[in-house]
Amino acid sequence: MASKRFGKPDAGPIQVRGEVLAVRRSGDYYVLVFAAPGVAEATAPGNFVAIAVGGQPTAMLLRRCFSIHRVDTAGALGGTVEIVVDAHGPGTKWLVERAVGDPIDVIAPLGRPFSLPKDPVPCVLVGGGYGSAPLFMLADRLRERGCRVDLVLGAATESRLFGVVDGRRRASSLTITTDDGSLGTKGRVTDVLDRLLDDHGGQVIYGCGPMGMLAGLAKVAQERGIVSQCAVEEAMACGVGVCMTCVLPVIGSDGVTRMTRSCTDGPVFFGDQVRWDSVGTVPSDCLGAPVSATGGAQR
Amino acid sequence: MSNVVDMRANLASVTLPSPVLTASGCAAAGRELDKFFDVTAIGAVVTKSIMVQPRSGRPTPRMAETPAGMLNSIGLQGPGIEEFISKDLRWLRERGARTVVSIAGGSVNEFAELANRLRHEEGIAALEVNISCPNVESRGQVFACDPRAASSVIHAVRRHTGAQTPIFAKLSPDVTDIADIAQACVSAGADGLSMINTTLGMVINTDTMRPALAGITGGLSGPAIRPMAVRCVWQVRKALPDVPILGMGGIANGLDALQFILAGANAVSVGTATFNDPSAPWRIHNELAAALADRGFRSLADAVGHAHREEGVNL
Repeated sequence: MASKRFGKPDAGPIQVRGEVLAVRRSGDYYVLVFAAPGVAEATAPGNFVAIAVGGQPTAMLLRRCFSIHRVDTAGALGGTVEIVVDAHGPGTKWLVERAVGDPIDVIAPLGRPFSLPKDPVPCVLVGGGYGSAPLFMLADRLRERGCRVDLVLGAATESRLFGVVDGRRRASSLTITTDDGSLGTKGRVTDVLDRLLDDHGGQVIYGCGPMGMLAGLAKVAQERGIVSQCAVEEAMACGVGVCMTCVLPVIGSDGVTRMTRSCTDGPVFFGDQVRWDSVGTVPSDCLGAPVSATGGAQR
Repeated sequence: MSNVVDMRANLASVTLPSPVLTASGCAAAGRELDKFFDVTAIGAVVTKSIMVQPRSGRPTPRMAETPAGMLNSIGLQGPGIEEFISKDLRWLRERGARTVVSIAGGSVNEFAELANRLRHEEGIAALEVNISCPNVESRGQVFACDPRAASSVIHAVRRHTGAQTPIFAKLSPDVTDIADIAQACVSAGADGLSMINTTLGMVINTDTMRPALAGITGGLSGPAIRPMAVRCVWQVRKALPDVPILGMGGIANGLDALQFILAGANAVSVGTATFNDPSAPWRIHNELAAALADRGFRSLADAVGHAHREEGVNL
């Protein structure tokens, strides 16, 4: 269980050999519990892990990244970590097929976590599908600070929701939406957001889930003049800031839009920083954007 | 055992304490990886190719995983040479890392401008001239696909670079005869050759039934291209017995690195493997040292090109 850490003793992520403690089903998803020495203590809500898949040697080179669902620093094995896995591809399938006691190679905690409000203001937390994973830990931190926490979980259908039982216990209120109406309100999370904000005076919206949903949350927050913090889900190759794969257009404090890494500069961004309409493109006013189709910087 | 092997690597006028370097585009400018291993211990940090102006790179998706490899179309995103010098190069210098600066330009003049701008900067062990990035919109501007174009870039960079700084031309495998291009670069003043850059590939997403990458095509890297890379090193070493070669392409462990050394590389770069294991360069240094010791080599230099020996000749 050796860990590697160079540079400043308290700086950034560590690479550790973890050990699988449990894999259990939750709706359409799996919850993977593993021991990872040194990770739990250093984790804040919104941090993520990057896990190597396929064993050695493998044809799957890239780590899979998951937001951290829960940590327990009191575990007998020196701290445990839980993630939620949607086993839709060969890498994630390999991961949920691990047996108890199997080793996994883990890098964590990665990324910038959610920031917490200074004052005990009411907060609304919105999770789309298994994007809700980091919100329960966040809800705990917020309630410790005296914040009211209203939780919204949305998904296409009931089996794609994550954390309904947990949510009822840990939030002041839980609202559920499904696209097909199989549980809760039929519709999207944004359909119930205005009423919740009106009823409880929410000052911060926290969100994690698909880009479209996050764009919707950011818009509601902007219209109301309140803060939103969104954890984005961009495809990553390395998770540690060296590959430049997971970029999206983000407005910096200097007002300039840059293609910004979601792994090291995110995954949590303030909603008004992200150019939501331009995600998947390079806006023409982005730093270093192509001058024209035929010439200029992008030749 | 492994500590008895002299691991020093000679790349033209530069001697490095380790033959393992990072690969351009897979290590940013070293700072992120320094959290996982001591970047001053490896041969050198090879920085992501820098251009004159800031550059946004391509839209996303920029990456697709492939069998034992990956496709990328980053599009040379970077802060431009001035910010690179004031932030990245400065950090590397203060950290004490040996640095190979990779430069990329859209024209011969841009390469010359970059060389000129870097000429009086301290802490640069060598320049790697990226004439082979496949992620440019005009494939006609992949200089490394044409001996004359490659030659003019290298000539210009050589003219604007001090004699004490070796320049390495980074070659593309997407050519009919890589030894021809290698020869053209050396004749134009390259002190050494880096090979190989990624090879052009493509993936179709069968759900959307469109290209998986926003850039449509991308550069294929990882163990999938290793045999191609070893072949290129072999061919160029045979054609140019004395030219320093920095070998790369899918090196994931010490034995992979050893293949390149035996084929004729004087040192190696570790690229895509770093995405899987951020401490891969240092791990591979140690694995290579052990592999050399196991085979009775006293020094890395003795193993360079050893696969080319005549029948019956052994250690």
